[in-house]
Amino acid sequence: MPKVKIPRKSTNIDMTAMCDVAFLLLSFFILATKQKPPEVLTVTPPASVSSKAAPDKSILITLTQDGKTFLMLGDETKKAAILSNINTTKGLNLTQAELNKWVKSPFVGQPLNQIKSALNASVEMPPNKLPGIPTDSTNNEMIDWIRSVTSAYAGTDQRKLQEMLLVKGDQSTLYPVFKNIKQAFKKNEIYKFRIVTNGESVPTGSELYLNPPKAIN
Amino acid sequence: MAEMDTSSGGGHKKGPGVKKGKKLSTRVDLTPMVDLGFLLITFFVFTTTMSQSTAMNMNEPKDDDKTQLLVRNSGAMTILLGKNDQVYYYFGQLEAEKVSEQFKSTTFKQIRELIVTKKKSTPIDNLMYIIKSDKKSTFKNAIDILDEMSICAIPPGHYAEVDMTPTEEILISKTEEANGIK
Repeated sequence: MPKVKIPRKSTNIDMTAMCDVAFLLLSFFILATKQKPPEVLTVTPPASVSSKAAPDKSILITLTQDGKTFLMLGDETKKAAILSNINTTKGLNLTQAELNKWVKSPFVGQPLNQIKSALNASVEMPPNKLPGIPTDSTNNEMIDWIRSVTSAYAGTDQRKLQEMLLVKGDQSTLYPVFKNIKQAFKKNEIYKFRIVTNGESVPTGSELYLNPPKAIN
Repeated sequence: MAEMDTSSGGGHKKGPGVKKGKKLSTRVDLTPMVDLGFLLITFFVFTTTMSQSTAMNMNEPKDDDKTQLLVRNSGAMTILLGKNDQVYYYFGQLEAEKVSEQFKSTTFKQIRELIVTKKKSTPIDNLMYIIKSDKKSTFKNAIDILDEMSICAIPPGHYAEVDMTPTEEILISKTEEANGIK
């Protein structure tokens, strides 16, 4: 029987193509993922089974661990209107230059009477040192803020506004802080808002798992 | 194929005077680079999908005395949230002589079963869960219990958040003392 000669082949494979694919995928993922806006306040929201994604453009009330409240106005088109509205209604006596400076700041974290001095301060306070917006039942400035927000959005689609109103709280924030925020919404006749949570899968075997809702609104 | 030509390394053995320059292969072993690429891909994929935040709907009732809802005793379950993630509950209305029997404490792990049992044993029209949060309970507790309601598929309008009465506050603090919860 004649011997069949099997030619010995090198086991080395050209990796160039694979390298190309890997880096192509890498660059795709980096470019395709949306960058999260830098978070100045570190908050760990609680988990919920809700599967609706939180909108990017939002009016966000943040409750920190130590019970401070911050307001972030994410809708740039209305931000100036909201700030100038609260300036006139609450008599903050801000000049146009001060207002312009205020529009640029990422969030509000002072009582109304400290805003003028905070805008003129040479050194900006770090976010964790800010006093937050007072929300006690005696002096709930969040009511004024939400009033300014609703008046700035008056005449526009109210359902859209409701979708934009978000409350993001830390897990260990005490309940009364959240209750004051709810009160502020209610005082302005807003009964629907949304809470930012971390997505969580529905527990297997539960009623929601067996009969998932058909319509998502 | 993708291999460095190392044979030229022995070129100097030929001694001085031999100037036959060997051509170096331009091929580089790309395996480590591929490894690195895929490692970065897996890293980015895992870190990005984790931080997906969702929004939960909140519907608040109007504070209006005229629209006060009357709840049947037989269909009501009151859930009280205390500090340290403690949950207390009772069915119907608290009666002075039977308080110790009615007022029970539980945890978030067991509350789901209690909610489901109540749901199954009560006609849906009478069913009502009353949620009351203590001053010491956290935001997480309040959201968790609302989440529990949606997990158990309790239709909206069959649960409500209500302020706590002084009697219940005293009961909670007494139970906490008895159970040694600080």
